Amino acid sequence: MAVSNDLFVPMNKENMHADTIVRPRLSYWQGAWLRLRQNKLAIAALVIIVLMALLAIFGSVLTPYSYSEQSLLQKNQPPSAEHWFGTDDLGRDMFARIWYGAKISLFIGLMAALIDLCIGVIYGGISGYFGGKVDNVMMRIVDILYGIPYLLMVILLMVVMGSGLTTIIVALSATGWIGMARTVRAQVLQLKTSEYVLAARTMGAKVPYIIRKHLLPNTLGIIIVQVTFSVPSAIFAEAFLSFLGLGVQPPLASWGVMANDGIPVILSGHWWRLFYPAFFISITMLAFNILGDGLRDAFDPRQRR
Amino acid sequence: MLSFVLKRFISMLITLWVIVTVTFFLMHAVPGSPFEREGKALNPTVEKNLMALYNLDKPLAVQYVSYLKSLVQFELGPSIIRSPETVNDMIGRSFPVSAKLGFFSLLFSVIAGIALGVVAALRHNKLIDYVATIISVIGIAVPNFVVAALLIKYFAVEWKLFPAATWGTWKHIVLPALALSFGPMAIIARFTRANMLDVLTQEYIETAKAKGLHPAVVILKHALRNSLLPVITLLGSLIANVLTGSFVIEKIFAIPGMGKYFVDSIYNRDYTVIMGTTVFYSTLLIILMFLVDIVYGIIDPRIKLYKKEG
Amino acid sequence: MEKLLQVEDLHVSFKTHGGEVKAVRGVSFSLEKGETLAIVGESGCGKSVTARSIMRLIPEHVGKITKGKILFNGTDLVTLPEKEMRGLRGSQISMIFQDAMTSLNPTISIGEQIMEGIVRHQKLSRAEAKAQALEMLQLVGIANPERRLKQYLHEFSGGMRQRIMIAIALVCKPSILIADEPTTALDVTIQAQIIDLFKTIQQKTGVSIVIITHDLGVVAKIANKVNVMYAGQVVEAGTVREIFYQPQHPYTKGLLESMPRLDLDRDTPLAPIPGSPPDLFAPPAGCAFAARCQYALEVCRNHQPAYSSLGTTHQVACWLQDPRAQTVYPLQAAK
Repeated sequence: MAVSNDLFVPMNKENMHADTIVRPRLSYWQGAWLRLRQNKLAIAALVIIVLMALLAIFGSVLTPYSYSEQSLLQKNQPPSAEHWFGTDDLGRDMFARIWYGAKISLFIGLMAALIDLCIGVIYGGISGYFGGKVDNVMMRIVDILYGIPYLLMVILLMVVMGSGLTTIIVALSATGWIGMARTVRAQVLQLKTSEYVLAARTMGAKVPYIIRKHLLPNTLGIIIVQVTFSVPSAIFAEAFLSFLGLGVQPPLASWGVMANDGIPVILSGHWWRLFYPAFFISITMLAFNILGDGLRDAFDPRQRR
Repeated sequence: MLSFVLKRFISMLITLWVIVTVTFFLMHAVPGSPFEREGKALNPTVEKNLMALYNLDKPLAVQYVSYLKSLVQFELGPSIIRSPETVNDMIGRSFPVSAKLGFFSLLFSVIAGIALGVVAALRHNKLIDYVATIISVIGIAVPNFVVAALLIKYFAVEWKLFPAATWGTWKHIVLPALALSFGPMAIIARFTRANMLDVLTQEYIETAKAKGLHPAVVILKHALRNSLLPVITLLGSLIANVLTGSFVIEKIFAIPGMGKYFVDSIYNRDYTVIMGTTVFYSTLLIILMFLVDIVYGIIDPRIKLYKKEG
Repeated sequence: MEKLLQVEDLHVSFKTHGGEVKAVRGVSFSLEKGETLAIVGESGCGKSVTARSIMRLIPEHVGKITKGKILFNGTDLVTLPEKEMRGLRGSQISMIFQDAMTSLNPTISIGEQIMEGIVRHQKLSRAEAKAQALEMLQLVGIANPERRLKQYLHEFSGGMRQRIMIAIALVCKPSILIADEPTTALDVTIQAQIIDLFKTIQQKTGVSIVIITHDLGVVAKIANKVNVMYAGQVVEAGTVREIFYQPQHPYTKGLLESMPRLDLDRDTPLAPIPGSPPDLFAPPAGCAFAARCQYALEVCRNHQPAYSSLGTTHQVACWLQDPRAQTVYPLQAAK
């Protein structure tokens, strides 16, 4: 190999930077959002959830029918241009009812998740932050409650309190906060003993600063994930309760109630009575679960799956 | 190990006591008389006699103590609606049916779920992985009464392969067991897949390969074992899942099991049956979960380590 | 001495989302019977990949040997059918990994993990396999071997675990033992014990050892020959004496200078090598070290240096060895 002699001079290194960091710096939340955005499935799920929420709020504008308006001439109509999702055995428009049901089902899911969130975060946060004896007693209580079969207790509460929108939400969150409390407590406990919190302490950081700067941001991710999973489980539980006759009562209608009404008539060929509510329950469940998985991956890049 | 078992056992007893107590006081907080039907009160004398018969005229504390006493003797009390039948009679008659259904669905869900999960992990990101993922996602998202309705519509009504309802021959078990096992199967498949993928990246798999072992031996002996052990921890919640699922499935398929009686008793507001069945179900579940924990502690040598570190 | 293993112009690439990473780019070396070769370099320089290539244990579908030969007793391992390769793994060529805690199966007894290799390769009965396993445990210095065989990983201490890894690797009496950072995860005192164990075993069995490490202290204690790797290439190779006392490549010198030493004045500052290794997505056209090299020449930018021999065992790939470089850095080249 012929190499020119005049190359044997000290190298001009002006344009060579051995270790310039070219990647932009990202905050924790920017990084999480970036990772979530790369997960196409999770973004699709997010879009579906937003769409579902919009339709639950504004769906009634799209149809001239109301969810409760009966028309005996129009009963058991299959889907058509007139009634997009068909009609039920009282001639009520299924399209209007589906979006009304969406409102009820999503409301139940959201409210139950929010109440879980409040109780669970406070309980788990106190238990994890104070640790020691407080934690021991609080977690013993949770362990005992955790052993209780939760749907049985919900059924019992519903039997006693009578069915209704409020009672469903109360019954679901009476047992639902335990999972959140455990998650938050475990995370806080782990963070509290982590080395960077220790480091902050040795540098004289005050307690509110540590909570605001370290504990809160690092627990928030896990809380958001947990909420994303508790919404669909509340919707699912509501559908289950509807099946036992403990769901919301007419004239209210949730997806669970509608699906339950659709089961006996499937044999007579009125498939749309079951199909639409079941489809929307499933899609919502799916979307929340996929989004939850996506969020978990996004918030914790070390955990691959 | 022994102290661990003892601790778990005591906490199990406390949980049971909490459940029994909560159930008792909840049932007694129900407004109105348990003999009231659709707002029509009974003849006052008859009602008084009935109250005396069921000890409902005594103070609450006395009732509570006598209830606890009878529970310890496995006496779950009478049925108010189906008198003179007792809850024990009903459970004795219907529990074998439910147990059989539950056993087969659990068996199917474990076998199918593990198979699906393992195949998906071994063919990671291949077609079969996506198919398995879609199946498990559907299993988690679709309520079991919808699955049951679809199974009846196609396998029973359109293709006439299996009977649509009731109980008797093995053919009667197939559809309800399938409907009941769909959800748990999906959960197991997801869990197994994630575990297996994780185990396959572990360094001890590399070590096993470095010994020159056949890939089949590496997977069966080293990977599968370690990814399936944690599945045992799922069994507790899966049993709970199958149990609550059976309320729905037994009702739809008109199977004379406990689930159906339980749902009927909810419809009829047969409070003593609701109370008795809830206590029975809870006891069953809690004991099973206790056993699962103990079994896992015995067969996974790592558990002692976790106890020490965690 | 006969050549047991000869690696010629080995190239290994990995497919990633971003493209192809050329992890090993033309590595050649040889290993003789009873000899210990150390491969040293920073993390990501391709030393582990080189070792795993010899075992053909680079991840399937992702990593691939794209070029080169690995001759073991004259047989090319690169083209050997997988079935025959499995016959060699564990019996002729063995490997131990950095962290015994994660490299041993936590749910299978230690005895079973030692014996499964013997049963696989030597077709012995379980009783005979057990006898060999016991003998092996004794050799690596584990007391109460009979009782220990039935125990599980978590019942052993860190040093003990590494001893068990070594027992597993040596139980079929291989001719080559590849040790990938065998002491990195251990305490210093345990490190010394393990190094001693390697030496004892080598004396008793005559096994050849390839040891991969970034710890020059370990190298000095155990190796006969050293390969210094940088960015997927061997930049300097020689005997321990040559590498430690007459290092030629600026990278080798940098490595030595960045190591704390007791024989120097404690006020002498350590000299770390500034910067970090190049991205092997797109390796530089010239010398990979040029960007961090304080003696870099213009020629280093686009031209790969060839190997120059300084004696039979000592080779270095650096433009400073070129006579024309003498005019720029006379002292450097002469030293």
